[in-house]
Amino acid sequence: MSDSVMSPEYTEAVKNLLFQLADDDFMYSFRGSEWLGLAPHIEADIAYSSISQDTMGHAAMYYTLLENLGAGKADDLAHFRPASERRNSILTERVNGSGYYLETPHYDWAYAVTRSYFYTQAKKVKIDSLCESSYKPLAEIAVKVRMELYYHRLHWETWFKQLMSSTDVAKKKMNEAIALVLADFGDVFSYGQQKVAIESNGLIGSEEALKQKWEMSIEPLMTSLQMQMPKIPDQLVKNGRNGEHTKDLEEGLTTLSEVYKFDSAAAW
Amino acid sequence: MTALTELTVERVYEALLNVKDPEIDTISIFDLGMIGEVTTNGNHVKVVLLPTFLGCPALEIIKKNTVNAIKELPEATEVEVEFTYHPPWTSDRITEKGHQNLRAFGIAPPPRHFKEDGSWHVDCAYCGSTYVTMDNIFGPTACRSILYCKSCKNVFEAMKPVSTNM
Repeated sequence: MSDSVMSPEYTEAVKNLLFQLADDDFMYSFRGSEWLGLAPHIEADIAYSSISQDTMGHAAMYYTLLENLGAGKADDLAHFRPASERRNSILTERVNGSGYYLETPHYDWAYAVTRSYFYTQAKKVKIDSLCESSYKPLAEIAVKVRMELYYHRLHWETWFKQLMSSTDVAKKKMNEAIALVLADFGDVFSYGQQKVAIESNGLIGSEEALKQKWEMSIEPLMTSLQMQMPKIPDQLVKNGRNGEHTKDLEEGLTTLSEVYKFDSAAAW
Repeated sequence: MTALTELTVERVYEALLNVKDPEIDTISIFDLGMIGEVTTNGNHVKVVLLPTFLGCPALEIIKKNTVNAIKELPEATEVEVEFTYHPPWTSDRITEKGHQNLRAFGIAPPPRHFKEDGSWHVDCAYCGSTYVTMDNIFGPTACRSILYCKSCKNVFEAMKPVSTNM
């Protein structure tokens, strides 16, 4: 559908979905960038920073689509919106571990790998569906994102497989990380209160269909690792799609928007 | 009075050959396959560019350099440059000359084919040996990977293949 013939209801549904996609990639990418210089070895560091850069690019594309729909300036949407207006999954806002980035970061690599692998696999399922979206500008960007995502998915799957096939300590840490990630996974495939509007306009597949595709997509690896299939919780403690968030998001937003708030007219 | 040369699409393309990738200065954006469309209307030029990777920080610099290169043409008074994602940039858009120019920089050009399992192979950018190992799919920029040649014992880079089949 082109912009000129869109009904106000349709435009609203597009915007709501774009905020969810943009905020997800934005926060995931920010948490990834906090790992810069801290990954277990230099190759992992290069890969993670490159993936975070790509992902920030994806978020920027979604914010630009929102700008084109009159939602406001892309940079402002990324930096100025308070936590209560954010639509990202709570999974993407969680801190990387205890401690502060600049001082004593005790970040959890098992958690980074698990969150990244499950999130990237979920993103792949969504992007495949978005390539068929009724909103053409979004479908065109999805085709482009899919090519970059190919490398991200490959990277995290390799790490996940290797750590799960490693020592008992590694396996224990990974299993603890899986439990943490799954506890926050309930809103990843949720559209929150926008479910009907988003699904009925053919913008993306249904929550149930995508969830099922995600399970099917990771099943071969789980089977080969002799692991139980991860169970996405049905009951949500918080649903980020409805603006319900943890304090981690507020702290993260304060840090990431500090420079932009200091001088929002500066050119980067 | 000097008659102005007529503004043609060919003239614009000639100007675009001078716009290099800011991070790989041996290759032009034309040979990288980044030019989607060039149209002229009187003294107005419009160039549509295809970004290689969405998060590439060089895009704004490329846009600025493109505007400046076209403004070198005295007959081009109005210049408009924009990015589009359709068609998507894919690595098979890089020209044969582009492949040569990438090698000149020490970067193996992206392979034209994938194997059945989705993996790919390139030869060493320096000595051409096929005896290479992948060190890191990710590299110093979004579009590059890092490899090692077991023949000439050099680390080299390769441009990642990108296709709609991925």
